[in-house]
Amino acid sequence: MTTVIENNQKSDRLEVGTPLLEVKDLHVEFHTRDGIAKAVNGVNYSVAAGETLAVLGESGSGKSVTAQTIMGILDMPPGKVTQGQILYRGQDMLKMSNEERRKIRGRKIAMIFQDALSALNPVLSVGYQLGEMFRVHQGASKAEAKAKAIELMDRVRIPAAKQRVNDYPHQFSGGMRQRIMIAMALSLQPDLIIADEPTTALDVTVQAQVMDLLAELQAEYNMGLILITHDLGVVADVADKIAVMYAGRIVETAPVHDLYANPAHPYTKGLLRSIPRLDQKGQELYAIKGLPPNLLKVPAGCAFNPRCDVATDLCRTEIPALHHVTDKDGEELTGRRSACHLWKETLHG
Amino acid sequence: MPDLTEKKTAEEIPAQSAAATAAAKPEKARSLGSDAWHDLRRKPIFVISALLILLLVVIAIAPGLFTSVDPRAGDLRLHYLTKPNYSHFFEPDWFGYDLQGRSIYARVIYGARASVVVGICVTLGVTILGGLTGMIAGYFGGWIDTIISRITDIFFGIPLLLGSLVILNAFTSRTVWSVVFALVALGWTQMTRVMRGAVITVKQSDFVTAAKALGAGTNRILFKHILPNAIAPVIVVATIALGGYIATEATLSFLGIGLQDPTISWGIDINSAQKVIRTAPFALFFPAGMLSLTVLAFIMLGDAVRDALDPKLR
Repeated sequence: MTTVIENNQKSDRLEVGTPLLEVKDLHVEFHTRDGIAKAVNGVNYSVAAGETLAVLGESGSGKSVTAQTIMGILDMPPGKVTQGQILYRGQDMLKMSNEERRKIRGRKIAMIFQDALSALNPVLSVGYQLGEMFRVHQGASKAEAKAKAIELMDRVRIPAAKQRVNDYPHQFSGGMRQRIMIAMALSLQPDLIIADEPTTALDVTVQAQVMDLLAELQAEYNMGLILITHDLGVVADVADKIAVMYAGRIVETAPVHDLYANPAHPYTKGLLRSIPRLDQKGQELYAIKGLPPNLLKVPAGCAFNPRCDVATDLCRTEIPALHHVTDKDGEELTGRRSACHLWKETLHG
Repeated sequence: MPDLTEKKTAEEIPAQSAAATAAAKPEKARSLGSDAWHDLRRKPIFVISALLILLLVVIAIAPGLFTSVDPRAGDLRLHYLTKPNYSHFFEPDWFGYDLQGRSIYARVIYGARASVVVGICVTLGVTILGGLTGMIAGYFGGWIDTIISRITDIFFGIPLLLGSLVILNAFTSRTVWSVVFALVALGWTQMTRVMRGAVITVKQSDFVTAAKALGAGTNRILFKHILPNAIAPVIVVATIALGGYIATEATLSFLGIGLQDPTISWGIDINSAQKVIRTAPFALFFPAGMLSLTVLAFIMLGDAVRDALDPKLR
């Protein structure tokens, strides 16, 4: 692994406090036969080096679309970015040429996919696919690439990496495949990794192993990590801050422990209540009523109002801004925001 | 008692070491290709057709190995009335003589070259041309796809035989290459369709998105990630079509619009033999039999390859 690290010494260090990646007021729509589906409506978030941001939300909340837009792998058409900026080290990636963006992909920002079996090419050996990263981006020879591939497989704890380097993806177990995906994403020591539901396709024990590995490697290389998930359990241990998305908007952001301890949005509150807990054994589990909105016709006002227990008339007419959240004494809580007209009642009531 | 225990351990050691070597030996990697090969080798239909094709290719490359007679040298004293002598293996009179007193055996041997060259060259031509256009249409989509697809639709409206009659009529002297040209010009759209469909399916796979997300360029995605996953149906259609192209060449030559004398082709010989089918049926039987055998061999090979490459049929 040492050689890999040496090759990737980061020359351009970031100033302290400057975010690595900043998404500003991003709007993405899909043009479909039935109309325009607004998948992302003004998303803002940022990640610094060494920081983990968890983006939480149901299917269709726009969390994956945002990630795909950052990576530049969104199918356009039908997708279209109508507004906003994606700043990588202060440079707007949406204004870059395809060639410039391609150079960032894999080298600076890499992505881990949900289903590793389908994200690995079935006809190429794992070693070839890992080595491809070095051959394409660094011009390594075949032998060098293979050696590095073995090194990487060792690094993500694939047993007998030397013997297995020529194996094909279907010969590995689900957990190992996901670790190989992680190895691929890490191979060029990117600044930022976007993991799109990296553990959804795995069983629970393997989930924990994969998350631990990811967190460990992230800390070691001081990378930024955007963790996209719908599983509140997965993020609790790993994330630094959480952004909760609903119908293409961020409804709440908070440092991870604050969010779990005291949510400031009824939707987050509902999500936390719907986690099964030991002390509620025998009781019926809470579920947020209704379904996520159809993106073609998002409800007026707050998109969550038809499912909300505390919605008022104001919620049905006016879209809430992302309010800064204060504690009971009126002191601002750092990093906490809520897009709810009733955040005060939700947080303190 | 010490004897017994010693004996037992002595027996155990080889068993253990055998297990250890088996475990240490890495399992041989099996890709789709190696899996298919593994299957194919055990299929009699594949072995028979492959051996037949191998024999045909050898005949086509070196006909001199099988007969020492000039297939164009005629001796009128020996014409049709000289019946074949079936006990004279590999002799000039094995299959008898034709109207001009030429050895039918030698002509059957030399005729293989035209068929094999036409079959292989047309298949290569349509696979490369159709494969590339299909890949471009399938991968890029949009207006490029629309244009290529409409062109293939137009070509599909032209019957292969009728179309090649028209094209070959335009040539003053027709060789193997003019036949190849005509068949490729009319046949490539079949491969375009197969390739386009396969590429569209593969293009939507996650691993293509993943390769893109890891910074692979268009060429690498197309040729390293999509092509190997989309090539199987093309190989199958190409192998089966190869037999068809050989038959089409013979048909064209039979109709007098394909190859011409002095080129030796089974189709030409079948044509000249049809007039004497009552008096000398052997003159028709041997070139026609060889043609059928060749076409059958390629179609059987295509069938076997399809079964081996299609995981759903396994």
